Amino acid sequence: MKTISEIRADFPILATKVYGKPLIYFDNGATSQKPEAVINKLNEVYRNYNGNIHRGVHALSDKSSEEYEIAREKVRSFINAEKKEEIVFTSGTTGSINALAFSFGERFINKDDEIIVSTLEHHANIVPWQMLCERKGSKLKVIPVNDNGEIILEEYYKLINQKTRIVAVTQVSNALGVIVPVKEITEAAHSMNIPVLIDGAQGIQHAGTDVRESDFDFYVFSGHKIYGPAGIGVLYGKEKWLSELPPYQGGGDMVDKVTFEKTTYGALPLKFEAGTMNYPSAIGLAAAFDYVLSIGREYISSQEKDLLTYATEILSGIRRVKIFGKSDKKISTISFLIDGIHMYDTGMVLDKLGIAVRTGTHCAQPVMDRMGIDGTVRVSMCFYNTREEIDALGTGIEKVIQMFS
Amino acid sequence: MTIEQIQEEIIEEFSAFDDWMGKYNLLIDLGRELPVLDPKFKTRDFLIEGCQSKVWLYPEFNGSTVSFKADSDALITKGIVALLIRVFSGRSPEEIISADLHFIDKIGLRQNLSPTRANGLLSMVRQIKLYAIAFKAKNTNK
Repeated sequence: MKTISEIRADFPILATKVYGKPLIYFDNGATSQKPEAVINKLNEVYRNYNGNIHRGVHALSDKSSEEYEIAREKVRSFINAEKKEEIVFTSGTTGSINALAFSFGERFINKDDEIIVSTLEHHANIVPWQMLCERKGSKLKVIPVNDNGEIILEEYYKLINQKTRIVAVTQVSNALGVIVPVKEITEAAHSMNIPVLIDGAQGIQHAGTDVRESDFDFYVFSGHKIYGPAGIGVLYGKEKWLSELPPYQGGGDMVDKVTFEKTTYGALPLKFEAGTMNYPSAIGLAAAFDYVLSIGREYISSQEKDLLTYATEILSGIRRVKIFGKSDKKISTISFLIDGIHMYDTGMVLDKLGIAVRTGTHCAQPVMDRMGIDGTVRVSMCFYNTREEIDALGTGIEKVIQMFS
Repeated sequence: MTIEQIQEEIIEEFSAFDDWMGKYNLLIDLGRELPVLDPKFKTRDFLIEGCQSKVWLYPEFNGSTVSFKADSDALITKGIVALLIRVFSGRSPEEIISADLHFIDKIGLRQNLSPTRANGLLSMVRQIKLYAIAFKAKNTNK
């Protein structure tokens, strides 16, 4: 078992200084830092075997194609999908949801059909569905949340009906860190033969996700939030669904036979992978999964639980700090405001103290509206953060209060 | 004093601080000292687009010079607005339009505000110049 300082040493950027102060990185919800293993893997691809995948007859193309397909297998195993063919690489969560909203929409959505999302969604799981609704004349229905940002299941059960075609909800609120009861949501949808899409952008890195055990029909996430490279993401779909859906982009590698009269599409998953994919990042993502597994999901989960408990205690102990999303089911993310001090003022001063947080609506305006606020300061922690860093955050917040009072 | 001289004066004042906390404290003080903007002007019409914190800017033109009143919900932003008002308020539209604003870079505001913030700052300057252009046109059309 690695010590925390050994773990931190795996992430070169964590030793950086900003404005002459040690970096305290609490913006993992926006993007996580990369371990040496991932950085080296990208380097390795470009140095040793860069060649376009699935095309060449030469050694480099063979090697990169092989690594790319090994990466697909690692994703399958990481989320416990049944088949490798159910793993489609995309540019990220946003890319995955847009692809699905288009393909699913083309095949299954008609006028007056309904799509259910929740108040907690990131704009990436709202706007593609709204665009679909505009094209098809369908309707978006929204599951409300209570004052703590928790899904009100009774209201969801009332929304779901014969017109519902898909339920698309997040696994975890990116803005508040509150965990969504996706199990209950999935069961209720399945009882009416309605598929679910779970947005795992903020979920996959904090707890293991088993798509088979959870019985998700579609699951999407981004590589860069789970210690992998930017520009790669995954759209998982059960084969029975993916095989029914039309491609969302046309181009090379996704076809079976092309003539000007008629083109037939390739088999899964390639029919959803038109053009040159970001294979170096896919290969890098596999290295990130290897890294996560080497640290251990139990370790990550217990470490993050401890950070959440400690940070909640520290922040709650500061008079004038108000936490939004006070739920007992949360990932290691805390959203807060200091009474009477604007979030940007807080964020800018913390930045100059070397503490990176995010301020604003976190691309989730509806939940901010629900809370009756313009935005929050968000501290998103992960297993490489420490209690000492949380102490520094506490001191930083006291400094902010002193400066603006 | 000319716009140029006021900019030099601001650069001089900020050069007294070599750390960010000092500069921020000065901006906070400037923000606090900014005369209050009548709440009736804190409307959508006077809200500047492109800023992540809210900034309202209200211009008045007396036929020869433009004066500005402003407010923001964030204090550091308000301090920056106060600096812009100090540079531009009481100037003729022509002076405002032709002003070359270099103090922002010199005191390190542009680099050290996050990109979205820097855009907000540019939106404020753009809005001030747009008002000046409108007032100039009004004068010419008389």
